[in-house]
Amino acid sequence: MSQLRVRAGGLYTTVQDSGRFGYYHMGMPPSGAMDAYSAIAANLLVGNPDGAGVLEGTYVGPTLEFTDERVVAVTGADVPVTVNDEPVEPWTAVRVRAGDVLGFAMIRAGCRVYVAVSGGIDVPVYLGSRSTYTLTGIGGHHGRKLADDETLPLGSAASAVRQGAAVPQDLRPELDGAAELRTVVGLCSYRLTEDALASFLGTDWKVTKDADRVGYRLRGGTLDFTEREQPFGAGSDPANVVDLGYPVGSIQVPGGDEPIVLLNDAVTGGGYATIGTVISVDRDRIAQTKTGDVVRFNSVDLDTALAARTDRRERIERIRRAIAG
Amino acid sequence: MTEKIQLPPARYEYGGDEFVFVELDQAMSLEANFAGMAVTNALREEAIDGIVDICPSNASYMVQVDPDRLDPRELVERLRRLETTVGALPDDYVLKTRVVDVPILFNDPWTHETLMRFRDRHQDPDATDLEYAARINGFDSVQGVVDAMTEAPWIVTMLGFVPGLPFCYQLVPRERQIQVPKYVRPRTDTPERTFGFGGAFAVVYPVRGAGGYQMFGMAPAPVFDLSQSLPDFADDICFPRANDVLRYRAIDMAEFEATRAEVEAGTFRYRIREVEFEPAALLADPDAVNRELLEVLYR
Repeated sequence: MSQLRVRAGGLYTTVQDSGRFGYYHMGMPPSGAMDAYSAIAANLLVGNPDGAGVLEGTYVGPTLEFTDERVVAVTGADVPVTVNDEPVEPWTAVRVRAGDVLGFAMIRAGCRVYVAVSGGIDVPVYLGSRSTYTLTGIGGHHGRKLADDETLPLGSAASAVRQGAAVPQDLRPELDGAAELRTVVGLCSYRLTEDALASFLGTDWKVTKDADRVGYRLRGGTLDFTEREQPFGAGSDPANVVDLGYPVGSIQVPGGDEPIVLLNDAVTGGGYATIGTVISVDRDRIAQTKTGDVVRFNSVDLDTALAARTDRRERIERIRRAIAG
Repeated sequence: MTEKIQLPPARYEYGGDEFVFVELDQAMSLEANFAGMAVTNALREEAIDGIVDICPSNASYMVQVDPDRLDPRELVERLRRLETTVGALPDDYVLKTRVVDVPILFNDPWTHETLMRFRDRHQDPDATDLEYAARINGFDSVQGVVDAMTEAPWIVTMLGFVPGLPFCYQLVPRERQIQVPKYVRPRTDTPERTFGFGGAFAVVYPVRGAGGYQMFGMAPAPVFDLSQSLPDFADDICFPRANDVLRYRAIDMAEFEATRAEVEAGTFRYRIREVEFEPAALLADPDAVNRELLEVLYR
């Protein structure tokens, strides 16, 4: 069996794919690549199916050594990529041979890099997915982040891919500036005063250091809840509701001053009032923010959310055509 | 129950493009939970293409949808129709479920050690979580509140937060429900298998981790078993299922240690009995139905 050597695991690198679905009702989140668009693009570049296993690196990418001839592609965050210490192009299919070493320098913009290798990272499928969910230690590579000096199984490489195939510049995500997150306001947003809701949408929120695959905690303002007699079973804090389900992407404000956006490894429910949901397409964008970055929430309706989905699908098809071309 | 609770019209909300959230009531009640059970059961039977998951919750439910296959607006229309046709559970509805004996060591040394480390985040730093719960619920002693929690069984009204965590609501009228606030600020640590309490819900934490519920005790048996080595976990890594009836039973340290030994040896099995009961009958006379449930469990 062919293997990929992990010389250095990087800061927090996990195996991910398009996610694990159908277990939310028992408390298991989907996991999967946080920036789904970049992960799909990486797979397309190396000739893999969209949902093949990729590596998701965070802040500091891994150092990887190949043991046979493969095609590799790096997408996601803006980061200098090297093969044997020589710069190579990101968002581009690169052919590598046994002994070649892929490495990363410091990230310039964004937060997460994706590494796809032709054949895919072939860890065992668990409950329909190769995605890692570290909280309970399932999926991926032994349910955890990669360590130094270990190996990962690779699948057999698919048909020939075009060396040098690249994602056109206009189809690569824009990672500079504040992240504008389109948000469907609702769920329990009635818990906020009108002023608080306006302030939520008008504030430049800063990503705190508590930002990981479970969720992002933000700071930058204080939001007031409307006064009420708490309903039976909710608990006494004004931010409390009778425990309910949390959509992936939903925003809650425990204590009124630190909004939390739940992401791919979300806790699936709990007792804090949710006030809206970041649309699925823009989860890709928040996944590319890091501590200190600014995010803003823009209220949109469901039509806009669905149109954004269609638009993303068309962009992926354009990548597919550009690579085939 | 003593006074029948009328539910408000359901409230339909889009959780972005991939979720529909339906709030049946802002307050918890068995009526709200049973209404959610009725509509989510009916929805499951319709097997609509594009529904990814159906997640019943305490007084609400959530449907995960693939919007490329099913427009969330169309789903909401179907849910509204189900609300009118199914509405509340019919009076003759029979719930087929399991009743399970769940042993708990109250006032255990492990949660005690943990709660002492987080007194600064608690409403009453000078009392234990259990002493605080007894006091604010009007009991003279810790034993009083433990008796109240263990006399009548509970129903699993929601699974979530983390895999396999059962939210349990006691099958007694609202005026007999025990209520406690969550910690003022959540803890960063909770031992695995902690028996916790928040709002009107009892839980068992499946894994170690953060938590905001009051800590009352510890279960010797797991609710989550990734290795699936225990027979009760042969089909699923999570033991509890929605609508399970759980009887929390107070045990002493000797039984706790004996049960732990069985778990370690891989021989532990929960005491489980299949039961049927009518939710309408339960609402009308909870004590009588609870007596029958426990009679079946320990027969």
